Amino acid sequence: MSPSDAVMRDHSTARPAVDRPADYLHEQHTLRSWFFSTDHKRIGLLYLASITFFFVLGAIAACLVRLALIVPDGTIFSSDTYNKLFTMHGVIMIWFFLIPSIPATFGNFLLPLMIGAKDVAFPHLNLASFYIFITGALFTLITLVIGGVDTGWTFYAPFSTTFSNTYVIPALIGVIIVGFSSILTGLNFVVTIHKMRCPGMTWFRMPIFVWTLYATSLIFLLATPVITIALILLVMERAFGIGVFDPRLGGDPVLFEHLFWFYSHPAVYIMVLPGMGVITELVAAFSQKKVFGYRFVAYASIALASVTFLVWGHHMFVNGESQLAATIFSLLSFAVAVPSAVKVYNWTATIHKGSIHLDTPMLYAMGYIGLFVLGGLTGLFLATLAIDAHLHDTYFVVAHFHYIMVGGTMLAFLGGLHYWWPKFTGRMYPEAFGRVGAGLIFVGFNVTFFPQFILGYLGMPRRYHVYPPEFQLLNIMSSAGATILAAGYFFPMVYLIWSLWYGKKAPANPWNAKGLEWTTSSPPPTHNFLNTPVVDFEPYGYENKAPEIG
Amino acid sequence: MTPDIAGSHPLALWPAAASRSATEVDHLILAFTGITLVLTVPIFLAITYFALRYRAGRNTVRRHTEGRDVKIELSWMLIPFALTLGFFLWGAIIFNTELHPPGDSMEIQAIGRQWMWKFEHPGGQAEINDLHVPAGQNIMINMISQDVIHSLYLPALRIQMETLPNRYTQVWFKADRPGTYRLYCSEYCGTDHSKMDGNLTIMSPGDFANWLTEAGSTQSLAAIGARLYAAYGCGGCHNDNARVAPSLAGIYGSEIKLADGTTTIADDTFLRNKILNPDTQKIAGTKQVMPSFHGILKEDDLTHIVAYIRTLREPTQ
Repeated sequence: MSPSDAVMRDHSTARPAVDRPADYLHEQHTLRSWFFSTDHKRIGLLYLASITFFFVLGAIAACLVRLALIVPDGTIFSSDTYNKLFTMHGVIMIWFFLIPSIPATFGNFLLPLMIGAKDVAFPHLNLASFYIFITGALFTLITLVIGGVDTGWTFYAPFSTTFSNTYVIPALIGVIIVGFSSILTGLNFVVTIHKMRCPGMTWFRMPIFVWTLYATSLIFLLATPVITIALILLVMERAFGIGVFDPRLGGDPVLFEHLFWFYSHPAVYIMVLPGMGVITELVAAFSQKKVFGYRFVAYASIALASVTFLVWGHHMFVNGESQLAATIFSLLSFAVAVPSAVKVYNWTATIHKGSIHLDTPMLYAMGYIGLFVLGGLTGLFLATLAIDAHLHDTYFVVAHFHYIMVGGTMLAFLGGLHYWWPKFTGRMYPEAFGRVGAGLIFVGFNVTFFPQFILGYLGMPRRYHVYPPEFQLLNIMSSAGATILAAGYFFPMVYLIWSLWYGKKAPANPWNAKGLEWTTSSPPPTHNFLNTPVVDFEPYGYENKAPEIG
Repeated sequence: MTPDIAGSHPLALWPAAASRSATEVDHLILAFTGITLVLTVPIFLAITYFALRYRAGRNTVRRHTEGRDVKIELSWMLIPFALTLGFFLWGAIIFNTELHPPGDSMEIQAIGRQWMWKFEHPGGQAEINDLHVPAGQNIMINMISQDVIHSLYLPALRIQMETLPNRYTQVWFKADRPGTYRLYCSEYCGTDHSKMDGNLTIMSPGDFANWLTEAGSTQSLAAIGARLYAAYGCGGCHNDNARVAPSLAGIYGSEIKLADGTTTIADDTFLRNKILNPDTQKIAGTKQVMPSFHGILKEDDLTHIVAYIRTLREPTQ
């Protein structure tokens, strides 16, 4: 028995379920009460179910890609099928899983709880955002059913506008629509954070997760419109022959690269920043210690959200970009390392002399720190001009961004899911299975993606269906790792659903964590708090007295 | 017969390097890997050590001060940043060399299209997907795409450059080690993107001269261009005496004043654009009467005509 089990046992209540006060899960049971709910918590769970569905779809595509790459001569699928598979993997994972993952699920569920509010500022708009997301998702599903799309998630013109023979327009419409969901969610969060904080919840008493949501929402608001416009232009060119990007119609393909990356680099931070917020919460809670350098960590979130708008040109060092522009973009990309380092060193310092509970969420957090550091520093390799000239568009890039997206965001998502699962559902997950799953995912991830760094350095280009035989060994390793990773994902998928019925009843605060969300019951009542909280204490007051809600 | 590809051993963990510049990039990558280990290993060790040392329930000293931490914050913000800045500079310096081909480079024309590469040597020798070059000489590849964006990637030389459909881009190298290496298209370009690859064969100058002879060619690129130039009647207007159109003698590489007041250099991209879209980039002081050759000239015709225009020098007095 681990010490954390002891904590849980101490806090568990022996009350039978019928005696529970009405909570948001049990107040109403009709389908209508779920699908037309304006309760941020229910909407959060609707998102959770939707993105889990898309994650499974994206993961199936990834498994088929890894299956195809076991042999070098491309005999398992046709090249067209392979191209559609990696495109669907990218489009689904980026726009229908990673971007909405933490902001739309945890953000929706937790933001009002963390700042002591009853709901987000615009609950109806919040529900509308969800249905906009679903509408975009439907277009993507239709694209998949009628035959797929083969442009890559990057939709580079003029291939996407003039040359591809697949269903580009429905895929683009799906992504365009889902962008409006992001924009409205961002707007909702910004207003909520400005206007809905409970008495005493000053900016510097907000949890770091709220800071990162704020920074993410700013990116949603400022960057998403650019991709919306760029993709609408693609549709115009493809559907009506209005020349914007295809030189044969008088356009310029490099213009699309600029517009695309002006959004898609900041989009990396839409995916990364909320993950950093989650990790900060986990590290503090499972070290039972105040976040080291709270203000620096908070400011670093805003700094990352700002600098990220100035580095899009590092995706274009080898497209004839001017030397001056390339050099400036390279230098600015190095500057991103500063706020990133702030986060990592402060997490490490938070663990130092804490009282560490190695429960599942903490295992994910520790895995996250290691993988994020490796992903981030390999990003500096790619920001170095002469190195990028070699590694650009190779498997090194694929490995790098999977270390950030999977090693980073995905682990943060899973860590957060376990940490807040008792709050979401009122049930505990089985700890032992949780740890095994976390271990499998960490090992499987590294076996899958570390060989890809070497493949890239050896010169294997990305998006290659047929590849030279000398790369087969490393590809087989990578595919073998993917099976371990898939087995790892299977664990939480099964035991979390199991726990909905059979999990131990969760106490209000199973982790002895600070933060307003742990002061209300698990699951919380419909309006979050029985009385509006009043905050007269600093955040992460682990060495102090526990907060008392008046 | 499949040639022996250098560095293609299945257990190779290091790519073959065919030029001095490639070796320099390797040194940069190695050194950067070193500094990465210096910056990351302590974090990995510290996290693991702290997690075990301060595990809940262990009886250990956890006392720490909550004092000012600005100094420590600044030090871990700035010291790693300063350490890595050296690599920014190092990379920028090598890249600077990679971007500027020396004047004496031998120029090879490349056209990318779905899904093949066509290379043409100055003497008119053409090859598909394979490229033969001499060692010890500066080679500049001037390339353009006929359809979508491609990218010519030469891993043994640690360089790549996108091949765009509306402008020429260049990549140059000086290879040292004869051998056969791989070349790829690295920018995703559709169905058979992964089959748009071939071999880069680096030969000793003697072997290369023999290869050129064997490959055979009746006409140089400029001569092919001259024939097209005559066939399409370009010289009818563009001649030294005509008033209708500017003379093209000596125009290549010269500075052109445009009607909108800006100036530009008459490079390959400019000349190609004026042939296809004469209504754009209007030249100051001339009346635009030239017809467009859009849809009439193929991409390699354009390359040949531009190669011919380059040879037109100002008549010496």
